[in-house]
Amino acid sequence: MEKQLNDVFEKFRNLKGSTIDILQNIQSIYGFLPEEALEKFSLNYNIPLSEIYGVATFYSQFKFKKPGENQIKVCHGTACHINGAAKMSTLVERELKISDGETTEDGKFSIENVACLGCCSLAPVIMINGKVYGNLTEKKLKSVLKEYQTKKS
Amino acid sequence: MSKKIIVGLASCGISAGGDTVYEKFENLIQTSSQENVILAKSGCIGACFREVIVEIKDENGSILYGDVTPEIAEKIFENNIVNNKIYTENIIKSSEVNAEPNFFDNQTKIVLRNTGKINPELIEEYIEKDGYKAIKKVLNEMSSEDVRFEINSSGLRGRGGGGFSTGQKWNFAAKENSEKKYMVCNADEGDPGAFMDRSVLEGDPHSVLEGLLIAGYAIGSDQGYIYVRAEYPLAIERLNIAIKQSRENGFLGKNILGTDFSFDIEIKVGAGAFVCGEETALIASIEGKRGMPSNRPPFPAVSGIWGKPTIINNVETLANVSYIILNGADKYSSIGSEKSRGTKVFALTGKIKKSGLVEVPMGITLREIIFDIGGGLKGDKKFKAVQLGGPSGGCIPEHLLDTPVDYDSLSKTGAIMGSGGMVVMDQSTCMVDLAKFFMGFIKEESCGKCTFCRIGTKRMHEILVKISEGKGELEDLDKLESLAYQVKDGSLCGLGQTAPNPVITTLKYFREEYLEHINDKKCRAKVCKPLLTYTINPDKCTGCTLCARNCPTDAISGARKEIHFINQDLCISCGNCESVCNFDAVIVE
Repeated sequence: MEKQLNDVFEKFRNLKGSTIDILQNIQSIYGFLPEEALEKFSLNYNIPLSEIYGVATFYSQFKFKKPGENQIKVCHGTACHINGAAKMSTLVERELKISDGETTEDGKFSIENVACLGCCSLAPVIMINGKVYGNLTEKKLKSVLKEYQTKKS
Repeated sequence: MSKKIIVGLASCGISAGGDTVYEKFENLIQTSSQENVILAKSGCIGACFREVIVEIKDENGSILYGDVTPEIAEKIFENNIVNNKIYTENIIKSSEVNAEPNFFDNQTKIVLRNTGKINPELIEEYIEKDGYKAIKKVLNEMSSEDVRFEINSSGLRGRGGGGFSTGQKWNFAAKENSEKKYMVCNADEGDPGAFMDRSVLEGDPHSVLEGLLIAGYAIGSDQGYIYVRAEYPLAIERLNIAIKQSRENGFLGKNILGTDFSFDIEIKVGAGAFVCGEETALIASIEGKRGMPSNRPPFPAVSGIWGKPTIINNVETLANVSYIILNGADKYSSIGSEKSRGTKVFALTGKIKKSGLVEVPMGITLREIIFDIGGGLKGDKKFKAVQLGGPSGGCIPEHLLDTPVDYDSLSKTGAIMGSGGMVVMDQSTCMVDLAKFFMGFIKEESCGKCTFCRIGTKRMHEILVKISEGKGELEDLDKLESLAYQVKDGSLCGLGQTAPNPVITTLKYFREEYLEHINDKKCRAKVCKPLLTYTINPDKCTGCTLCARNCPTDAISGARKEIHFINQDLCISCGNCESVCNFDAVIVE
């Protein structure tokens, strides 16, 4: 990972305005933005750490805690909202016993409420590890979750 | 005789199971040892309500199938490919069948002309459909002035929501004397409930590249950016493929087609901030900073990225450009209404029968889109409102359904054309809850620069929460209204200036619902949970104890196999019991 990180620093060395690109690259290495990596970024590029955090915390893409092995995104776009997104959130939170933005103790699942996944005609939808599940009912969602929960054991 | 199987593989198609259907065909082709069968993918065909969609094409024409599962794929393969017959079920459209005449025939496709018809990952297919012909025409026959004149005369206006004249915008930047200018495609489609731009990028990325190239030529820029949201990985992937192919074919890079014109395009992946749809915020983001808007003037056309003249156009706007160049401004401006020329793409969703992506001539009424093209409401329920323009837009009630879709008529209703999200609602949507939903979104997405937007939207949200919990007072409505206008007036950028629109329009058209929440403590749509009463239907309750075990306040009593009872004093109306009950035994009133 150390080498990958240095490669990222080299890749964007002479490119103006690459802070966001570098942060995106760091996140794709670690799955989130570890403090140590950002410190290295700060030293390497001679940018104050506060400035880097200023940019990173502005955008919803960046995470500062290690996400779960299975990342669940519950869509809360308009179409999903009127088609019962709140119910889907309640169900996911109840089944996994964590809230929006949290990770289960065993590190297997994390939940994130997102603004819109752009699959509005399949509302309500959730995304697990990049795969979209649409036209959900509570029953269907339960069985989707079960699929991932049994995978873990 | 070769046959082509085309599977609609845009994000929605994939989510609906398109990839498994594609794999099924792949296996079938391998195992059947059929020759002359080509398996291909295409973008969004638009009829999302019939996904997965598969097209079978041969010399005799094409047949479009809907609701295809791997099992149906097998039947189609057996009949149409192996046995030279026609599988007659599930056909949406063929030379003999037209199962969705209203959906397809009432549309006019310019932006979506290729989407769903070509393989977005093959430049050859775009070229076959007159692709890159417009840039050839521009470079060989037209001066940059001619191009701007043509676009200006076409009447094309920005499709991202603002509706500013594209030709005029280009003129501003062209006038600037600068050795470096930037041309940006805004693909940061952040409106919840909108997916038009994603579909175009996934289905016909080259048309956007060509539009960007022509715009670059018109304003004298050699560097283009596409700012696309990270939430659209497939669009990014297909754009990257398209850019690579375009470079290999000499349409991007130095001295394009042997002329003096050089232009290249770089993708910038947006990191998730709704405010970055605003031009100055987007520029800050491209420069690697926090996406905070700045004061205008100077306008980006004068001073944008790194202080250089910069033009930002939306995906849909750019996808119109090559059509206008090839077909002429007159032909384009003959479509649409007087001040809003051409077509508009809408993402038709919500409680609608035929949800999907539709492109209509401007001037058509909302009623025509919702009831003719969209087939009316799901389950033939009663229409309540249609939401246009996302968090910046408004809700239009039934008595205004004959409003024509053009920039000015829609603005008069208090809504906006917006980028094209059109969410249809029936009586099960609570308008107070909807206003609360949008305000909740805005308060999170406000960048915090302007006090009124940062704090005002938070206060507005708090009032809406209060009303939806049955704690509202009549004076809250006055507070809400006065705050709404203060936020509008006191904000620097479009986000704050339009943020109160959902509240203003719902107060204007659905005031009685607010009053019911406040005076009668009732939510007629049964959405606002604190206003609902949960009881157990003794005829349906089996005494399974599931509800009691899931009640966070131990409000439910009853032994196993005995009818349960909810203690109203303890109940907090969380709705858990209703959602876990397997026997529909919980009554909500």
